[in-house]
Amino acid sequence: MTTASAVDNGVNVGALLGARQALTESPEGAQFTWRATNEWVRGTHSHATVQGFYGLGGEQKHKSTFTFDADHPEVFASEDHGVTPVEYVLVGLGACLTAGVAAVAQNRGIQLTSVKAVVEGDMDILGILGGDPDVRNGFSGVTVRYEIDADASAEDIEALVAQSQKRSAVFDVVTNPTNVNVEVTKV
Amino acid sequence: MRVPTVVIGAGHSGLAVSHFLTERGIEHVVLERGQVANSWRTERWDSLRLLTPNAMTRLPGLSYDGDDPDGYLTMPEVVAFVERYARQVGAPVVSGTRVTSVRRVGDAYEVITDGGSWTARSVVLATGAFNAPRLPRAASQLPDSVDTVTAHGYRNPDGLADGGVLVVGASATGVQIAAELQRSGRAVTIAVGEHVRMPRTYRGRDVMWWMERSGILDERYDEVDDVVRARHLGSPQLIGTPQRATLDLNALTQDGARLVGRLMGYQQGRVQLSGSLRNVCTLADLKMRRLLGTFDDWASDQGLDSGLGEPERYEPTRVPQVPALALDLAAEGIRTIVWATGFRPDYSWLDVPVLDRKGEVRHDGGVVRDAPGLYRVGLPMLRRRKSSYIHGAEDDARDITEHLDAYLHGRRLPAA
Repeated sequence: MTTASAVDNGVNVGALLGARQALTESPEGAQFTWRATNEWVRGTHSHATVQGFYGLGGEQKHKSTFTFDADHPEVFASEDHGVTPVEYVLVGLGACLTAGVAAVAQNRGIQLTSVKAVVEGDMDILGILGGDPDVRNGFSGVTVRYEIDADASAEDIEALVAQSQKRSAVFDVVTNPTNVNVEVTKV
Repeated sequence: MRVPTVVIGAGHSGLAVSHFLTERGIEHVVLERGQVANSWRTERWDSLRLLTPNAMTRLPGLSYDGDDPDGYLTMPEVVAFVERYARQVGAPVVSGTRVTSVRRVGDAYEVITDGGSWTARSVVLATGAFNAPRLPRAASQLPDSVDTVTAHGYRNPDGLADGGVLVVGASATGVQIAAELQRSGRAVTIAVGEHVRMPRTYRGRDVMWWMERSGILDERYDEVDDVVRARHLGSPQLIGTPQRATLDLNALTQDGARLVGRLMGYQQGRVQLSGSLRNVCTLADLKMRRLLGTFDDWASDQGLDSGLGEPERYEPTRVPQVPALALDLAAEGIRTIVWATGFRPDYSWLDVPVLDRKGEVRHDGGVVRDAPGLYRVGLPMLRRRKSSYIHGAEDDARDITEHLDAYLHGRRLPAA
């Protein structure tokens, strides 16, 4: 295995470890709120933007405003202006795990060459259609298949992916229950 | 009463400190709320034996001298060993004396008990690591229809209502209790979060022999990657039995127990379980393989291979294809939940501002921060990995008393 200093996966592990130290000492800075806005366009098509979030004791901003279209595909009699919301969940899970793989690899001194994942969520859509009360709306199961080329043994690569799951926010969101409050105001 | 040093707690750690204080000629008392080895005596389940083999059962100046070096002491045997130690070192134990407050007064500490108070420039907290159960939030949401018992209160299967049991937690405590409940004929489900898997014996030697000889147990708190993690790691899935049997999740499921993910919440009659079971098992399997690899490398470096069995690798943890994500307690016939979710120290009597936001003492290897003369012993990874085990008390107590002695006599303090 190469040494940590010779490895460059583009992750600033020093800064992450520094942040952990600093935020352990002043944990109020660790309280973040992530935020997305969503606006209906037409039919099942909606438009989302992400720009600001709260953290480190104040309001923060991405470098630019990111926008996303969500819709349903034509097989659902929709116009397919964007990916379905559940596909955004898969996008989020894959992105989170891959970011974790890179960070853990950097920390362990493992040089990555390529990291590819296929993320699949199985779903019985009778749930969302209300066609079978015993079927849940969400995924019945999620499968992630990684193909990784890296300067490490198969076992060390497996350990990277396992550690990434352990530290992943979206993995936690998907695997564990979360209270959701939806409030409504008539305007 | 004025005395240079007060030690609070007459368990193995406090007594080891007493031994070194006596050796250094430092007058002291050891205050004990109950009797010597009180927690070993009163706060353990009936079948528990030490996780370390007898050959490792030693305190400074006293080693196990029975005829079964590969066995594991039962709790009454541990109590007898610690009592024998207290007599041997002539520890000045004041038993039946409960500390109700420790506070700073000038350059000393006032230790107030239900049997008088002591003033001392140095105080050693040897009050144990397992004073109270650590419970998840869901514990307070459960309905009265399900009995709950913590590992602190659990004694044996007969103490539980008839019916199925959900054991929450898969460290040594959880797997041991799950195994004996399963043997008692109950349907057992075990909720599994992060855990540490180990075989009881490896290549013919106790796994603790490997841990000790290969130097892992001597790793210091200031050398490990992540001391916070090391200090909060659950105890390894081990049990001390005359058969020296391995007790991992595969052994439990072989006997019919059901594995589910970590318990995350309770809602409308159902406990909610994490979908992370496969990953926590993969993590434990990978870490065990790495540990065994470390042992093998060490053995061949030392030229020990010829005297040992062949290297082995064990079957990965068998995880159900689709683990349950929720359990309807009534429908599943689960009458009792056993919380084996860890323990925490109790500092409700400590009126010196040395606790962090998690209620733990801030310390550097047992030297309490911002409180000169105050020390802590007997916590996991206090100074070394072996701090968790009885034999680990010796080096920790020696280091701490050296520091304490220098402090009392105004000498240059050794590095923490």
